[in-house]
Amino acid sequence: MRRKLPLSLHLGAGLTLLLVAIALLSLLWTPYPAEQVRVVARLKPPTAAHWLGTDHFGRDVLSMIMVGARNSLAVGAAAVGLGLLAGVPLGLLAAALGRWGDEVVARLGDLVFAFPAVLTAILLTAALGAGAVNVVVALALFNAAVLARVTRGAALAVWRRPFVGAALALGRGPLSVTLVHVLPNIAGIVVVQATVLFAVAIVNEAALSYLGLGIQPPSPSWGKMLGDAQTYLFTAPLQAVFPGVAIALSVMGLTMLGDGLRDWLDPRHRSSGVM
Amino acid sequence: MPTAKQRVTLAAFAAMMALAAASQAALAQPRTDLVVGMALEPPHLDPTAGAAGAIKEVTYANLFEPLLRVDADGKLVPGLAERWNVSEDGLTYRFTLRPNAKFHDGTTADSADVKFTLDRARAAESVNAQKAYFAPIAKVETPDPQTAVVTLSRPDGLFLFHMASGDAAIVAPESAATNKQKPVGTGPFKFDRWVAGDRVVLVRNPDYDGAKPKIDRVTFRFISDPAAQVAALKAGDIDAFTLFSTYEALPEFRNDPAFTVMVGSTEGETLLSTNNARKPFDDVRVRRAMAHAIDRQTLIEGVLYGNGVAIGSHFPPHREGYVDLTGMYPYDPAKAKALLAEAGYPNGFDTTLRLPPPPYARRGGELVAAMLAEVGIRAKIEPVEWAAWLEKTFKGKDYDLTMIAHTEPLDIDIYARPDYYFNYKSERFNALNDELNRTQDPAKRNALYGEQQKVLAEDAVNGFLFMLPSVTVQKAGLTGMWVNRPVQANDVTGVSWK
Repeated sequence: MRRKLPLSLHLGAGLTLLLVAIALLSLLWTPYPAEQVRVVARLKPPTAAHWLGTDHFGRDVLSMIMVGARNSLAVGAAAVGLGLLAGVPLGLLAAALGRWGDEVVARLGDLVFAFPAVLTAILLTAALGAGAVNVVVALALFNAAVLARVTRGAALAVWRRPFVGAALALGRGPLSVTLVHVLPNIAGIVVVQATVLFAVAIVNEAALSYLGLGIQPPSPSWGKMLGDAQTYLFTAPLQAVFPGVAIALSVMGLTMLGDGLRDWLDPRHRSSGVM
Repeated sequence: MPTAKQRVTLAAFAAMMALAAASQAALAQPRTDLVVGMALEPPHLDPTAGAAGAIKEVTYANLFEPLLRVDADGKLVPGLAERWNVSEDGLTYRFTLRPNAKFHDGTTADSADVKFTLDRARAAESVNAQKAYFAPIAKVETPDPQTAVVTLSRPDGLFLFHMASGDAAIVAPESAATNKQKPVGTGPFKFDRWVAGDRVVLVRNPDYDGAKPKIDRVTFRFISDPAAQVAALKAGDIDAFTLFSTYEALPEFRNDPAFTVMVGSTEGETLLSTNNARKPFDDVRVRRAMAHAIDRQTLIEGVLYGNGVAIGSHFPPHREGYVDLTGMYPYDPAKAKALLAEAGYPNGFDTTLRLPPPPYARRGGELVAAMLAEVGIRAKIEPVEWAAWLEKTFKGKDYDLTMIAHTEPLDIDIYARPDYYFNYKSERFNALNDELNRTQDPAKRNALYGEQQKVLAEDAVNGFLFMLPSVTVQKAGLTGMWVNRPVQANDVTGVSWK
């Protein structure tokens, strides 16, 4: 049976593909080297030579946005990827073990949730130094907790279904049941959640770089660009617009993709929240 | 004949005219209050117990007085002491205090307070940020209430200068312990209130025994965000913003007749501080290579928007004794690469550049890193907060490179300190420093300062970048704010409105 693809899925996938395409392109080509400083040509408005103008050190804003896309995606992918690797097995384990195993995973999750992701990242970067790696670790920790919780909830629902009982009655062990029956049935929910977390990771990375704790110069980052632009709100207001739009479009794309995927995979869920 | 209604209208009109005239008369009266904008809030208000410049920027000369003061031109003028003399051998200093000086709590300020202050500052448990200033003191005597005699154990050419710093502000035994929150000094302004996170208010001291300031109320407002600083000035909330560092906004203020922009110099030699004990910076060729790799003019343009002066050693161009050494290492990336190759780093090397929070450091560091990258020195940027910087870099001396302005006046002697964070050791420099301490003659002192500057430049101890400017944006009609910053101060005692 084929379902109609929701509009948000189209839009979200389009924007996300665009983001990925720009990031990939930046590996091969940018109009200028993104780190090339030319102070004499600073704070220029968009021109034919610099499509999005130049920043306060005369760097090409378009090139910085392109490389910034790559950096944002890399941090997001790493934070979500690590979160999936740690969170999903934990969630599955909790659901399979039940009782005290379940308790342990749930309390660990509570511990992580007690601190917002950004705060955890600030604490971590204060202790270990600013930089992309520590940001990834902090965001991955938060993502792992979210994914473990979502995975556990979804897995528990599957465990209660009759075919799992049948499989157990036929002598399958918990590991086999988890891999053969539970995982495929919750994959959709996990993918949707991961997509939304990807968007959250991009926002958080931008927030931390804005504070100077994330990706370090000379490597460009959208958040850092926004932070730098703040000083120029009166003199060169356009400086804040381009990185701001880049962040907004990426987050919008990923969020719509997540929404669209959820609607497509589970039509009954159409209007309820994800978490 | 006007009707009743017309009469009322006329009366109302007349009243309005009178009111307008009255308010115009009020406008013609010059204002007597002042709002000074500062980027940083002081952690407390005791200048004898903290290094933060903001403490002195609120209290120096306004609320607290040292024995001597530094004036707007950097000259020594009377403070609590109305006159002083120095013995031939440079070991005995006799200070005569103002006869009617009083603390704000009404107690008299006499030689006993001077003794208390100096003994407290040099005591073992002293928390004075410049304890070294007081180290040469052997004893303080008080022959009479108006006279304090200070005997040194060794000559110190800068002793008077140090006694004019905020760190040497004279405090009273009754109030010394509570000065941090409720400062009591002898100055022409006294403490009114402190709204944490927002402002400190000082009011004119009616009992001041010297010349009374024209301003009767000064409010120091603390605004750290650059955009908010600009907005506050434009909204008219701030009368004068000192040490203004949003340099890119200056053209706008210069073009606006409602504002005056003054650009002077601080005492802040801005350095690419280098750990001389750590490889590869222990090799003078590497340090010279870095000196050739840095384009100071671009740096000054990029960071200060042109509002700064390049330096070639650790000495401000506006002071006597300055030698221009900016030509010693012209910007030359090819030469820098050659020097690096000679030192055994043909492919450059990796290092870390640690940056404290001020914009000149964060922005300047980014540019310096880009310039070093051009010659193969890959500097990883590590932004840190002040506490971490002080702990790890300044005290711990655990760093490769950092960027910082050294704002204490006449502080070239820090290169002679064995435990200073540059980890620089030079017999030549130390010999010059000892001679300097024995020398009183100004001409000879200046020649020695010149020699010291040359040694530092030849050794390329640090990257000598630029003098941090002192930029003041103020409302037109305000006069008397300092153009330069010979000491950390916002001395408003001579400020008035036209």
